[in-house]
Amino acid sequence: MAEIELKTAPADFCFPSANQTRHCFTRYIEYHKCLKAKGEDAADCQKFARYYRSLCPLEWIEKWNEQKESGTFPAPL
Amino acid sequence: MIEVFLEWRFLTIAPCDAAEPWQLGSQDAATPIMQGIIDLHHDIFFFLILIFVFVSRMLVRALWHFHEQKNPIPQRIVHGTTIEIIRTIFPSIIPMFIAIPSFALLYSMDEVVVDPAITIKAIGHQWYRSYEYSDYNSSDEQSLTFDSYTIPEDDPELGQSRLLEVDNRVVVPAKTHLRMIVTPADVPHSWAVPSSGVKCDAVPGRSNQTSILVQREGVYYGQCSEIRGTNHAFTIVVEAVPLKDYGSRVSNQFILQTN
Repeated sequence: MAEIELKTAPADFCFPSANQTRHCFTRYIEYHKCLKAKGEDAADCQKFARYYRSLCPLEWIEKWNEQKESGTFPAPL
Repeated sequence: MIEVFLEWRFLTIAPCDAAEPWQLGSQDAATPIMQGIIDLHHDIFFFLILIFVFVSRMLVRALWHFHEQKNPIPQRIVHGTTIEIIRTIFPSIIPMFIAIPSFALLYSMDEVVVDPAITIKAIGHQWYRSYEYSDYNSSDEQSLTFDSYTIPEDDPELGQSRLLEVDNRVVVPAKTHLRMIVTPADVPHSWAVPSSGVKCDAVPGRSNQTSILVQREGVYYGQCSEIRGTNHAFTIVVEAVPLKDYGSRVSNQFILQTN
């Protein structure tokens, strides 16, 4: 098995404590704002995508994706 | 001959990473945090013993000398400025000696020394755990996820601990900073592994992070620490493997799970 490079979402000092709920939410919003600004296929936005996928439980991501599609997402995207 | 004896003697001493029957002390530390907790416990225990011996000496002495024939006249001293000052200042210095290592440990537990190398999410369900290793997803759907059920009482193989083993362990690389994100899917749970010094509550709607650096390879057992209903005894087993084996172990685990 080839050596895999281990990297993940870095520690963000805006969210220094144990509660990372907001950190995960912020990364999700950042990704979608980046997509809106740079277009759907921008490679730069993939960094944010990796961060939110590392931090957020799948259940939350699925729920937010559904909300986004139905227009009920609770934050401006 | 002496080497054989020593080898036999020391091979029987294995690190305590799971609860032992009638265990009094902590499990052996596998992370710097747990080692810090154990050291703090020793620091506090020293002062505890000092105070205990001093107070019990005074109590026993008072009881011993309370005798109508031998000591008919009690002392009539009610004031004494010097002793009052000493007995106020001295006990307030002792908590300072306790507080220094205590706060040092508390704040060092929160310090971000280096960015974590891996994030593992532990999702609590009633009554099993699922773990997500999502650092390498290229889309929202595909993710390395597996469930971890406690092996029921009737099923364990020879040598397995009752109600402590699970079917799929959390495989982590040793000597690597990792971030655990703990959250539940339904009701509050708590992800606890005593030998790693971790106890992180899982509260619905909130995602808590805790930072672990497992210093030695091994298998560490823990239990959910927030009782949530019948048949609740479900457990957490963390297996720390060398970094070079980590990649293959995790992909094997995923293959086994999907099959």
